[in-house]
Amino acid sequence: MDFTLSSEQQQIKESVDRFVADAYGFDARMALSKSADGFSRDHWSTFAELGWLGIALPEDRGGFGGTPVETMIVMEAFGKALVLEPFVPTVVLGGTALAYGGTNAAHGDRLNAMIAGDVLLALAYAEGNSRYDPSIVGTTAKPDGSGWIVDGTKRAVAYGAAADTYVVSVRTGGGEHDEDGITLVLIDRDAPGVSRVDYRTVDGQRASDVTFSGVRIGADAVLGEPGKGLGLLEYVLDSGVAALCAEAVGNMSVMQKTTVDYIKAREQFGVPIGSFQVLQHRAVDMLIEVELSRSMLYYGTVAIDPNGDAKERMRAISGTKAQIGRSGRVVGESAIQLHGGIGMSEEYMIGHYFKRMSMLGLALGDTDFHLRRFIAAGNKSGGEGSGIGSAGKQLAGVN
Amino acid sequence: MDLSFSPEDLRFREEIRAFVAAELPPAIKHKMQAGIELERDDYVAWQKILSARGWLAPNWPVEYGGTDWTIVQKHIFDEELAVGFAPRSLPFGVSMVAPVIINFGSEEQKQRYLPRILSSEDWWCQGYSEPGSGSDLASLSTRAERDGDSYVINGAKTWITLAQYANMIFVLARTDPTAKKQKGISFILVDMTTPGVTVRPIETIDGGHEINEVIFENVRVPLENLVGTEGGGWTYAKFLLEHERNGTAGVAGSFQMLDRLKEIASEQRYNGSTLMQSGDFAKRIAEVEVRLTALSFTQMRALAAESATKSPGLESSYIKITGTEIQQAITELMMEAGGYESFDDRSRNALLYFNFRKTSIYAGSNEIQRNILAKRMLGL
Ligand SMILES: Cc1cc2nc3c(=O)[nH]c(=O)nc-3n(C[C@H](O)[C@H](O)[C@H](O)COP(=O)(O)OP(=O)(O)OC[C@H]3O[C@@H](n4cnc5c(N)ncnc54)[C@H](O)[C@@H]3O)c2cc1C
Repeated sequence: MDFTLSSEQQQIKESVDRFVADAYGFDARMALSKSADGFSRDHWSTFAELGWLGIALPEDRGGFGGTPVETMIVMEAFGKALVLEPFVPTVVLGGTALAYGGTNAAHGDRLNAMIAGDVLLALAYAEGNSRYDPSIVGTTAKPDGSGWIVDGTKRAVAYGAAADTYVVSVRTGGGEHDEDGITLVLIDRDAPGVSRVDYRTVDGQRASDVTFSGVRIGADAVLGEPGKGLGLLEYVLDSGVAALCAEAVGNMSVMQKTTVDYIKAREQFGVPIGSFQVLQHRAVDMLIEVELSRSMLYYGTVAIDPNGDAKERMRAISGTKAQIGRSGRVVGESAIQLHGGIGMSEEYMIGHYFKRMSMLGLALGDTDFHLRRFIAAGNKSGGEGSGIGSAGKQLAGVN
Repeated sequence: MDLSFSPEDLRFREEIRAFVAAELPPAIKHKMQAGIELERDDYVAWQKILSARGWLAPNWPVEYGGTDWTIVQKHIFDEELAVGFAPRSLPFGVSMVAPVIINFGSEEQKQRYLPRILSSEDWWCQGYSEPGSGSDLASLSTRAERDGDSYVINGAKTWITLAQYANMIFVLARTDPTAKKQKGISFILVDMTTPGVTVRPIETIDGGHEINEVIFENVRVPLENLVGTEGGGWTYAKFLLEHERNGTAGVAGSFQMLDRLKEIASEQRYNGSTLMQSGDFAKRIAEVEVRLTALSFTQMRALAAESATKSPGLESSYIKITGTEIQQAITELMMEAGGYESFDDRSRNALLYFNFRKTSIYAGSNEIQRNILAKRMLGL
């Protein structure tokens, strides 16, 4: 049992902290958020140069052989500064799908191009009828010669306009709710038949609804095994959830510290408002939520293991997301309340942390969704198969 | 970062598990499973079994009969005792007065009292609170006046846990009435068979008898029963409270209660199914389980930090708050899960919920813990 970082990990932490301190002041972040792309391609090149884009990917796939702990370190620092670049969609979701689902040389090239910073990726899995459940897939892929024709619409694809290539969950067999018959495929943003509605998200990021109408793809577009994509998708999503949770802990810790500093400085009735006991106790409760979240983050992060037991991983990750979703609400709402009017001001930073935290609570599954998944993963007699391949009917009977 | 258990730790876990399975008397286990109050003999029987194995006081230095277990092993030990439905060791001797004696007591006190704790010859209770002094403990008014080779103690202590079983009590008393608040307090060891000590029961809202009033009327205690220096008692009292807080989080016990809660919910039939299978109730249980898991790792982090810095940190305050809130949430769910069965006063469901209201009051109330954290951790 060891909660400390290795010296290499400590160096990564220092390097990310330095980047964030130099490049990500609040004003700079706000300006970037309002720019055309909503993030900086220069920063992205810096990430590539510093080796962050392959940091947690396996060495035999061109990555740098780190663990999910490296991703956690990067994302916590990003969370502290509200970093906008599409690290989770491209590196964590897209990169993990390619690294563990890639079946041919072209997939390997794509992954290498991503690690080099030349290609952006996004995961397109959510649909109008699925909420957060990846096993509900209405987007179809009908056989067409040796390939497929894809039809359907995916919702809230993070940074869908910037991504060059999407990892899309499609149905190649079975009905909309069946676990079998789900396949992950690669579709380029600019392929014929792909259209988008792009929008800004309430937390200053970018997303798109992406529609595929008669999009032709070859057999070589398939990641993993056709019809058996759910296990891979669950692993990809769990990796993403872990990364978002790290971002959330970074975000929350800033809200907590900023609020304590504020109530020490702000005076009313001739004294600092931090001398009022109701506010002190609320500040302590914020601290407790941050600490519980951090503990769960460590537990969830180390559960991400391609060779580990899938049920255990799901239970750990869903427990983590549920805890952090709840804690994030407490910390965020208290941060706004304890700031009073300035907490409502768009010009001041705290509201932006609150907004991002609120969306992190929903992204890739809200607290309700993950509590149900936590229960289901615990009820199943685990261990029937391990790693990426075994998803099981983990949400059976609870939807 | 590595949160897995080493092979030695896993072997250690097996050893403890086998020990509990083989040694815990079935009658005690049954009471624990059913949530029935234990009696003096139950506690003593189990303490003697642990002591025979050298495991009654894992936290003591080895030279006094403790162990050289790592933090992780101590954690595993607590977990396994809870999983096996063994009683938790009573803290008053082993983890309250003993650390004070070891750190601040005289050589004679160590020689005399530590072996008697290990052998269960002495049953200790904690004489801190008074009718007029609870959270503001330093305002206490029990007096100990020097008279020749004795202190003469007068005053009333209240809410004293299991004093009805105890033969020894450690008392905070004012030895210097002229000194300011904290300054005049001393830490004194009192034999409860001394003339002038009276124990009166206090019934709690669950109908149980676990707390008492202890009255002192001209109780003569030898001067050598003073621990450390006269007037230094407040320092020792606070040292003890920090140790106490770590124990009151009850993480392992909460996992045990959670299992019982799930059993109750699985036995409750509703509309052709069970309460456990109703999504709503299962989700409320899951929420507590997640928070308990978070607390368990938080406690491990605090213990790891503590073993690095060699002193219990302020984390013990928020672990106490969160741990007791979780205990209360679980017992609340037990009462609700029981449905109409909870009305029956032979059922423990509601009674346990009533009883566990104590956890946020004792060992420094949760409000006081928040005051401490606000002041000392947040600098407010
Ligand atoms: C079951 C049980 C067992 C116990 N066992 C023992 C024992 O073995 N030995 C022993 O010495 N004592 C024991 N106690 C006593 C316990 O330590 C006290 O009850 C506790 O310290 C609170 O004191 P009080 O009851 O006088 O409440 P008070 O101090 O009067 O508190 C009443 C309420 O006011 C709040 N409050 C008080 N001061 C503040 C403040 N500054 N800011 C905010 N809120 C405040 C408290 O949190 C509480 O909610 C036990 C108590 C119980 C319930």
